[in-house]
Amino acid sequence: MSAISSYARALAVDGGRAYPIATRRHLHLSDHPLAFVPLTMAGEANAPLAAMIGTDRDNPTMLFVPQPRNRTLRFAFADQLATIVLKYIEDCPRQGVETYGKEGKVRYLDAPQMLVPNPAGAAFVRLFGRSTRFRRTTGEYAVSPQVPLLGRWLTWFGERSEHPGSSALVAMTSALGRHWATGQSAMEDANLAALLAWIDPPAGVAATDAAREAEDPTIWPPAGPSTDPTFDNEILAPAIRLYDEGKHERALAVLERDLRSQLEPTWRLMWQAIDLLRTLPPGDTVPVRWTNDRTDFTGYHTYVSGGGFPQARRDGAVAAARRLQRLEREQNEYDATCALDDPLVMASFRVTGEAFAGTVVEVEADRKILSDKGRRVLRPRVVVRTGDPVQLLAATKLRSPSRPKQDVTILSINGDRVGLQIENGMGRAGTAAPGTVPTLGEELTYTSVFPESMRSPELPAPEDTPWTHGGPPKPYTPTDDDAREVWE
Amino acid sequence: MPDDTPHRLHQLRGSAPAKRHNARTVAALTGNPGCARRAVLDAAGVDKDALAKQIGFPAKFGQSQFAITRGNSFEAQVKANGYAELLRLLREVLGLEIEEVGSTDLNDVGGNASQEVRHTRARQALKAAVEGREPLTFLDHPLLSLDVGGNIVYLEPDLVAFHHDGVLHVVEIKSFAIIDDQAGGSKVAAAARQSAVYVLALRRLLGDDKVSHDVVLVCPKDFSNQPTAVKIDVRKQLITLDHQLTRLARIDNLVEQLPNGLSLDLATHTPDELVSALSIMEARYAPSCLNSCEMAYFCRHEAAGCTSALGTTVREELGGVEYVTRALDLAQGKAVASVEEEEAAAMLRITAQIYGSVAA
Repeated sequence: MSAISSYARALAVDGGRAYPIATRRHLHLSDHPLAFVPLTMAGEANAPLAAMIGTDRDNPTMLFVPQPRNRTLRFAFADQLATIVLKYIEDCPRQGVETYGKEGKVRYLDAPQMLVPNPAGAAFVRLFGRSTRFRRTTGEYAVSPQVPLLGRWLTWFGERSEHPGSSALVAMTSALGRHWATGQSAMEDANLAALLAWIDPPAGVAATDAAREAEDPTIWPPAGPSTDPTFDNEILAPAIRLYDEGKHERALAVLERDLRSQLEPTWRLMWQAIDLLRTLPPGDTVPVRWTNDRTDFTGYHTYVSGGGFPQARRDGAVAAARRLQRLEREQNEYDATCALDDPLVMASFRVTGEAFAGTVVEVEADRKILSDKGRRVLRPRVVVRTGDPVQLLAATKLRSPSRPKQDVTILSINGDRVGLQIENGMGRAGTAAPGTVPTLGEELTYTSVFPESMRSPELPAPEDTPWTHGGPPKPYTPTDDDAREVWE
Repeated sequence: MPDDTPHRLHQLRGSAPAKRHNARTVAALTGNPGCARRAVLDAAGVDKDALAKQIGFPAKFGQSQFAITRGNSFEAQVKANGYAELLRLLREVLGLEIEEVGSTDLNDVGGNASQEVRHTRARQALKAAVEGREPLTFLDHPLLSLDVGGNIVYLEPDLVAFHHDGVLHVVEIKSFAIIDDQAGGSKVAAAARQSAVYVLALRRLLGDDKVSHDVVLVCPKDFSNQPTAVKIDVRKQLITLDHQLTRLARIDNLVEQLPNGLSLDLATHTPDELVSALSIMEARYAPSCLNSCEMAYFCRHEAAGCTSALGTTVREELGGVEYVTRALDLAQGKAVASVEEEEAAAMLRITAQIYGSVAA
């Protein structure tokens, strides 16, 4: 939420359609994303009921559990799901590798991308990973060898989705909401059908009418994972009863048909959303962020291939603190780079006075000042005239999206005129290289919000965790209890 | 309360019996305390669900039978074998002493399940427990009462546990899972609000110092049916609840402003008449109403074009201007700002100008 997105919502109410709040796509979209629409059974702890999954919009796979309370049937579902997800994951390393860094580290050219309808769908992925990753493949309660592996990967997806800017596991409502503002509240935007009705209504239907219709579960079944209670009571319950009575063949046919009717509309919406996002050109730093996903994928793939343990239930104190620091850093970086990539995102910082856009009205390209060491150094001065409500102080460091490597410092602010000193990026000669100093009449944006190496407080090594934080954590090894955990 | 308030509330409701509150609906009263429409409808005991349906804006609060089944079977399991499992948990969280095993089932009293009888019996049992006349650990489904806007509301907590140093704890059994010591925030919050209603009812009966503000939430652990228990502090919920109930008790101020003879009797009024009667009562719609109030879809329809229908944050970011068209006119310089609007208008103009300069 920002003044810009709220204003765009007001425009959307008045205009009867969604208004853009981004001109670039701020997430990576794979050429072959794995779309996944899960449904759960009400009342149970993340018990799978059905799912539609696949990389081909015309040919999804539908899975369902005829009696979600039955443990064996649940694990059969997990096994079927594993076949699809693991095959998709294993295709990525086959796309080749690249080396990077001084040590010549290796990373895969591609990484898996899973798309779910909404944040609750992403939570399903995380919890389903939690309920399967500790399972044993031998002894009592043995499950198919694929199941614990699926659990590790779903946990990886769930964990990645908490990183700002990661595109490994994406909730479509969040992705769309990042790029368009509708004429309804953020709460109503959580309904994928209603959100898409505002952005891309069917031909000849007003967005407001389409959005109201989208709230009718008989026309647009919920995008999951929770199902419509009326569907549960009137359609699903009798079908499951049929199964419980031993009429398996008939029950399977009825369930297949009815669950498909609940999943297919959302499946189509998923691809409509993907198409819409593809119309936007990706932001310049999107590939950089996707590289982080690829690096993390490569690391975890190597770990899992080497027989690594499943992820622990809880982080230790130091690991948790480290993780929070990292998430915070990534959030700042994401906010700043999105703005540098996209003038419409930058607009929010201009409204709050942290950035401004204007025209260069004065240039002193050969200005020299005495440095701290007493040497005369080249520090050109330019003056930018802006209509924006600048809220910055002298000596603030700035950067411009069109000159991302050049540091600039504010010298003075007089009314609508901002005096700037160019610090670097002008070549090594005594005079500025051509084109390195802004010219008269040039339109420029400068921002005080840009990615910067943040200094994080020092943290102890995990083995030095102080007693106030529980002392050094025991190194995690999965126990028999983890593997035997009941799932009723 | 002026003498005619109960009469006028009854007139408003009409011939239908007053809608009974339960802990969930009482807890929901705290959701949007500024809404006069809701306050009056609730005080009058109007069946909002039926009313909303009648005027063409039915609420969408279905409950899946799977969820109900699971909830009931989990509660039964927790209480099975003479509360064995529950005892173990409460010994851990509350430090109950081992010999204090004893319970009173207040689900029905000698086959008499009338509410008055059950409530009387529960009151006696609770008082006896607090005064130390009876050694007691559990009271199962005691029927409590609470004055909500002049109406007596009966409430039924899952369990009240008696602590050895004379303090009662409300125990709420819920079937959502606590996985790796974490549970869904909205579900825990709802459980806390509901438990606070029970705590308040108990405190009004026995005194504040006899009932703990720590309630015990019993939920399935991880993916199993094994129960686990945690303590939740509901002091904050108690304050909002108490405030809202006090406000409801002053309902006469709101009723006085309504025209005499106003009625929402479903049996004698057409939907159009109901809508025009409703429109006299001022509502304060916010998107979160959709989760908690039966009237929400009607109020949303009515609030179309208001900035608050887009959410509180959006309204604030639009300078607190009430209507979307007004905000846009101010932003685009099509309207002259009043003195109060000047600051908001300046901000809106800048926003519009910057948005216009970069949006395609």
